[in-house]
Amino acid sequence: MRGAFLYLTFISLLCGAWVNSYSNSKRDLNAVPQETDITPEEAFDLMMKVLMSPRCLNCHPSGDRPTQGDDLHIHYYNVQRGPNNRGAGIQQCQSCHQNSNNYYTGVPGASNWHLAPKSMGWQGLTKIEIAKIILDQSKNGGIGLDSLVTHLTNDSKVLWAFDPGINQEGVPRSLPPVAKETYIEAVKIWAENGAPIPNDD
Amino acid sequence: MKIEFTINGRNYKLDVNGDEPLLWLIRDTLKLKGTKFGCGKAACGACTVIIDGQATRSCSYAARIVNGKSITTIEGLENESGLHPVQQAWINQIVPQCGYCQSGFIMASVALLERFPNPTEQQINDSLTNFCRCGTYPRIRKALNEAIENMTSKPKSAV
Repeated sequence: MRGAFLYLTFISLLCGAWVNSYSNSKRDLNAVPQETDITPEEAFDLMMKVLMSPRCLNCHPSGDRPTQGDDLHIHYYNVQRGPNNRGAGIQQCQSCHQNSNNYYTGVPGASNWHLAPKSMGWQGLTKIEIAKIILDQSKNGGIGLDSLVTHLTNDSKVLWAFDPGINQEGVPRSLPPVAKETYIEAVKIWAENGAPIPNDD
Repeated sequence: MKIEFTINGRNYKLDVNGDEPLLWLIRDTLKLKGTKFGCGKAACGACTVIIDGQATRSCSYAARIVNGKSITTIEGLENESGLHPVQQAWINQIVPQCGYCQSGFIMASVALLERFPNPTEQQINDSLTNFCRCGTYPRIRKALNEAIENMTSKPKSAV
């Protein structure tokens, strides 16, 4: 009897620990936190988890061709960056990408669909390197921190990442690993605290 | 939803399912069968039409976005003076084999020449990304060069 009691107690503690651990690991990624929940350091990491997700990286290529999918493969159909980051020749981004996701064909869409400029290519960079160039006005189109926050939290293409529709096989595209509300909060906290970038080492 | 648009110069006001692909509207509602369904994923280009001057894959273009726009399909290229020079060049060079994809190629070529009357090889390569399972690409290039020559009187070297 005593043995059974000890066994049940052990199992209960084990389950409690697992639930606590699980809920902690999920808290940062998916919960909608209160403002005080996120430190500036955590805010940076949460923001960068989103910016380094395939949904963002595919339109921030470091070369002259966009990529697709979670594996960042080269965009099919010979799609090129072109002179204005909107496609080459008559094959413009908006030849296929409209203002919203297309659930008949799986073609994603949001208003003003186009590539980020090459100076804002993020593929192959670390989160520190990405953070440095998004703050570098010689590379980010000359925008200051306020405008950067507006882009990161309001731009239709950025927010598309959290509602990316289905792919050509009819399967929902993967989401960034942080909930939209958490991400937006993190960007604002990071900016309000002076947009700190951790040391490289 | 109600939408109003022009197709081949004719105005239409229709009550449509806004999420329906434009291609369905063109083929099934308006019975313009020259535009083809190929892959249904904006990949092959068989469904290419021109919307406000822009070559567009109509299988991936929601009908609601058509509102207020002007569309040209393969049926709208010919005018009172005859076939479009691109169509005539396609005939002269006997381009089609099975022919299924060719209206898409012709529409993409017309859009290309409207934007770049004397395109570079790079502009052609970047623009004509349609698929032809019969492999008529060499004849397409010959026909395109003939059309360019006839439309600009500036010969291009044969490919």
